[in-house]
Amino acid sequence: MENCRVIARLDIKGPNLVKGIHLEGLRVLGKPEDFAKYYYENGADELFYQDVVASLYERNSLQEFISATAKKSFIPLTVGGGIRTINDIREVLRAGGDKVCINTAAIRNPNFIREAALKFGSSTIVVAIEAIKQQDGKYLAFVDNGREFTGIEVLDWAKKVEAFGAGEIVITSVDREGTGEGYDIELTSTISSGVSIPVIAHGGPGQLTHFAEAVTVGKADALAVASVIHYDFITNRRSDMESRSEGNISFLKSGRTRFGKIQPASLHEIKLSLHNAGVSCRI
Amino acid sequence: MPKKVVIIDYQLGNLFSVKQACDYLGYDAEISFDPEKLLRADYAILPGVGAFNDAMQKLKVFGLTEGIRDYVKTGKPMMGICLGLQLLLSDSEEFGNTPGLDLIPGRVKKFEVQSNGQRIYKVPQIQWNTISEPEEGRWRNTPLNVCKQGDFMYFVHSFYASPHDTRYVLATTAYGNQTYCSAVIKDNIFATQFHPEKSGLYGLNIYKAWFNQFAK
Repeated sequence: MENCRVIARLDIKGPNLVKGIHLEGLRVLGKPEDFAKYYYENGADELFYQDVVASLYERNSLQEFISATAKKSFIPLTVGGGIRTINDIREVLRAGGDKVCINTAAIRNPNFIREAALKFGSSTIVVAIEAIKQQDGKYLAFVDNGREFTGIEVLDWAKKVEAFGAGEIVITSVDREGTGEGYDIELTSTISSGVSIPVIAHGGPGQLTHFAEAVTVGKADALAVASVIHYDFITNRRSDMESRSEGNISFLKSGRTRFGKIQPASLHEIKLSLHNAGVSCRI
Repeated sequence: MPKKVVIIDYQLGNLFSVKQACDYLGYDAEISFDPEKLLRADYAILPGVGAFNDAMQKLKVFGLTEGIRDYVKTGKPMMGICLGLQLLLSDSEEFGNTPGLDLIPGRVKKFEVQSNGQRIYKVPQIQWNTISEPEEGRWRNTPLNVCKQGDFMYFVHSFYASPHDTRYVLATTAYGNQTYCSAVIKDNIFATQFHPEKSGLYGLNIYKAWFNQFAK
């Protein structure tokens, strides 16, 4: 059987869970550990922590979240953001992470993938590819949360990543990320059909129909989801979030229940929608 | 006396998530590569992810191939997880032929990438998949006694174990058009291809059942 994984993706900045659009314009949503606990208890197949500023400021501040989460959540935890050395990987694993996600360091030095895969096993090494569609229709890879151009074509890069020993690829559509317009099906399908390792689609879902579509048409092996479940969580738990959050919480205080094209839904609702569309998953 | 749990460390794979699961269940587990400590343990866990031949080489370096065999001879409980299951078999077809610990007669084989027209079955298999009892009653008096047919467990692997004797096959799982062995049992050895420590409460229940079965 092939069962689609639904992965709760949490973008973290300092002490907060944040969410932006096109990986920019970050809003504070609350404490990451509250969200992680809730998702673990409500059927997430995996958790994915991404430190969204680590790569820019050359630091890695996730250790305490990783430990706290690993003590309570007995599902796989992937950690990304600022992973540059074998020692960075070792620290994430020691803190309780199961896999690391590499982007910038992999593009700057592809041999890092090989070295890491040999040291920790391919299944520990996830490579993130951030894609932006160009005017000529080509998808090019970017780093540093879509800020820096590399000139590398994503399919070529995905094949190379596989050859260097990565266990999985997360393909992010920077164009779609945070918009609610749906996963980039063309991008996902191109990458997933072009490699024989699992591919995780990331960026864009806003409605329940988007999830099954990414699997049936986009050939995704797993789906990363953020805004849809985060907004569902804060709609139900807003007051707790306000009292426990630090930083700019004006977004939380605004009391919004509408989020543009993004319709909040729980992990269970997402999985039911997959099941109803004939996509098997763990419910 | 509190029971001593040793998680066998041969510098491959994620031992910490196994330790977290033991901690959570109230067992203080020590991560160690010392065969002497292993021999004195009440429970031993052999985890691991990565390459078979690399793992065998590392076990040899630490004197653990003999250490593990000696421990198993004492009759005390041994649990293998993922690569830790595969290492218990006679050999692996990875890189031609690599000898294993040979505690369970059988061979470790590689998954082929398969397509059924609709979907491609990627390798490694990374997903939650279901476990089944090979025949009714097989799970009785084993740590899988707490499971139901079709419970989901978390799998990450490119190779799978194929014991020669089906008596040792404790659970099966299907991937693509292949049904393979996803848990083994032989005397005091119990091992799973999936990761119980990453399979939520159902997985933790398996650890608990394993600890309880041998708690005297």
